Amino acid sequence: MEHEAHNPALRHHFADAQQQKNAASLGMWLFIVTEIMFFGGMFCAYLVYRLAHFNAFAAGSQQLNIWMGAINTSVLIVSSVTVVLAVKAAEAGKRKVLVGYLVVTVLLGMTFLVIKGFEYREKFEKHHVPGPTFNFTDKFDDNGKQIPVNPKEAELFFSLYFAMTGMHALHMIIGCGLFSVLAVLAWKGHYTPGYFTPVENAGLYWHLVDIIWIYLFPLLYLISRHS
Amino acid sequence: MASTVIPVNQAPSQKLNYLNNGHSLKSWLLTTDHKRIAILYLISVTAFFFLGGFFAMLIRLELLTPQGDLMQADTYNKVFTMHGLIMVFFFLIPVVPAVLGNFLVPLMIGAKDLAFPRINLLSWYLYVTGGILITHVMLTGGVDTGWTFYSPFSTEYTNTKIVEAGLAAFIAGFSSIFTGLNFIVTIHRMRAPGLTWSRLPLFIWANYATSLIMILGTPVIAITIVLVAVERLFHLGIFDPRLGGDPLLFQHLFWFYSHPAVYIMILPSMGVISELITCFSRKRIFGYKFIALSSIAIAVLGFLVWAHHMFVAGISLYAAMIFSFLTFFIGVPSAVKVFNWTATLYKGSISYATPMLYAFGFIGLFTMGGLTGLFLATLGIDVHVTDTYFVVAHFHYVMVGGVLMGYLGGMHFWWPKMTGRMYPEAWAKLSALLVFVGFNLTFFPQFILGYVGMPRRYWQYPPEFQALNVLSTAGASILAAGYLLPMIYFVWSLRYGKIADANPWHAAGLEWKTTSPPPTFNFDETPVVTWEAYNYDEIPPWERRAPVAR
Repeated sequence: MEHEAHNPALRHHFADAQQQKNAASLGMWLFIVTEIMFFGGMFCAYLVYRLAHFNAFAAGSQQLNIWMGAINTSVLIVSSVTVVLAVKAAEAGKRKVLVGYLVVTVLLGMTFLVIKGFEYREKFEKHHVPGPTFNFTDKFDDNGKQIPVNPKEAELFFSLYFAMTGMHALHMIIGCGLFSVLAVLAWKGHYTPGYFTPVENAGLYWHLVDIIWIYLFPLLYLISRHS
Repeated sequence: MASTVIPVNQAPSQKLNYLNNGHSLKSWLLTTDHKRIAILYLISVTAFFFLGGFFAMLIRLELLTPQGDLMQADTYNKVFTMHGLIMVFFFLIPVVPAVLGNFLVPLMIGAKDLAFPRINLLSWYLYVTGGILITHVMLTGGVDTGWTFYSPFSTEYTNTKIVEAGLAAFIAGFSSIFTGLNFIVTIHRMRAPGLTWSRLPLFIWANYATSLIMILGTPVIAITIVLVAVERLFHLGIFDPRLGGDPLLFQHLFWFYSHPAVYIMILPSMGVISELITCFSRKRIFGYKFIALSSIAIAVLGFLVWAHHMFVAGISLYAAMIFSFLTFFIGVPSAVKVFNWTATLYKGSISYATPMLYAFGFIGLFTMGGLTGLFLATLGIDVHVTDTYFVVAHFHYVMVGGVLMGYLGGMHFWWPKMTGRMYPEAWAKLSALLVFVGFNLTFFPQFILGYVGMPRRYWQYPPEFQALNVLSTAGASILAAGYLLPMIYFVWSLRYGKIADANPWHAAGLEWKTTSPPPTFNFDETPVVTWEAYNYDEIPPWERRAPVAR
């Protein structure tokens, strides 16, 4: 079929590249909305149960490893910076810089996952994994006052902890896979200043997963923490 | 009005079109053409409809007699669960958007395809994968929780394949999400030049509103399924009261999607009705803006009424009152549509081809279903009839009398566009009559049964209820005949049906300005739209009467 020269990435059902880019962006934002609704169900469960069992939630939260959580938070924030820099590199046509930032993003994502792995192992060792091995004897430290809590309710906290951080980690794994594929395609020269939409849209996905963690961290790790 | 030149010297079905553009299996299974994907959906959705119908037949056979004599109680639980799961997730939710929507949305807006054709194909494969999984569940013991799989029965006490069935629904849900996403982007970004939002056919508005619900609501059932699976598999007790969890949280999360889901089912069908009523009364729609905005209103309000499924579950009376009020309120935009359709008929030039018969059926039956919904929204009545056959009758009136009749009307209306052939009108009219009579005979007695106290999901009942149950089963057999006939004559028409031209109904709408069947890229040149929707008053007088299909 004869037609005028265009970017090889332009698909034929679109009138022009701008329409394709606008469609892809809108599609990605809509997908992000679905992800927010997806996690929203778990945030809803968290809201309901934290209101009902505050002391147990606080006690459980105080047992989480705040240092690992904080390091992970900063790892993710830095990884979002590298994503932005990757997009800028793509826009400027700097192929090697783009690949570099994509790879660094993946490495930071993997760092997050490794630290998470250490955290989960610590939970296992402290018998804070819900199920038959669960055993919680800690109290809620309310400004020095030690309030005992119902261990069953604490188990509910940890159930939500594992469900929410587990689902988040799954999305991180997907993100790492996605960015690895992007890095390979970028190395092969698929992205030019005229077409780098996949980098932008994948960047949006990564920022979403980051923002979800930004909510998870204070809600899970920082309940009633005092200096 | 601007129109695309259609060659008149070739029989339309011999020209290169989307159906004969490639004959190999691979050209169908790896297609990205939205029209071919619609046909793929048509075949798979129809298969699941008959599978769900098979389970309905088993239910009605058991209920012929008051004793539980055809099957054991546990088996009956599995039968009605499979009926519900298959009909809800694999028929009602996808049918109109995935079959008619996929086919028509790009055509009606003058586009070459949907925004993301490969994701469209992925949607179909996800649907089929979910379908294979649910079939496997069915063949290896089924699920017995009811399609609503409430905790703690589903999370703890049942021994059936909840996780696998949940996975099937989860995957089918992503099919739904991607379809909705595709439609929204397409409608926003790919309308033909001159086609402003206020010139869009109401079928497009309906699918747009539906797509909003799909992308906002479906993820919530997805996470609910995940939490149930996680509770079953890893003993993470989210809904477990022994851990301070609340089984009611399950119900809230479940119904937060499952109520809007019923609007996913009905809105596209309502869109079909707008197209049929205008064509077969040769008039512009009365109150275009009201019908368009009522679709959006239903989509928004639909998210605010979910707890009307939980009036007797243990929610607070004040919450129940609020949800009751909101449920009444959502009847208003639906009624607005019915009034506007009726006003469209007024002083119209009405003809009675099969699609119009289904449209009339829809208006009457949906009104009955909707009104009985208001009875259920009334707290005092609901306490009496909840979990009885009254509820079953209500939702079958809106789902079958509403969604399915709209779908059948649309299939008959757009069949010539999709296949280039007309269906046999006399047989079609007979089928429509059988469907209408069979439907009412099946489900009207169930209103009475429910009111006098027959519970739903029971495999036996007191002997005094038998007469009404026998009527219901008799109606179901007539209804089955009404559904089987179109299967036969539609297939027959593919070979022997009268060849249809581009616009056999002389209907307005861009889809009628291209050949029947359309070429793969829909239009020979992109149309430029300078007219409002349903401009039947601009059609020349000699074309004013809709031809009755022969």
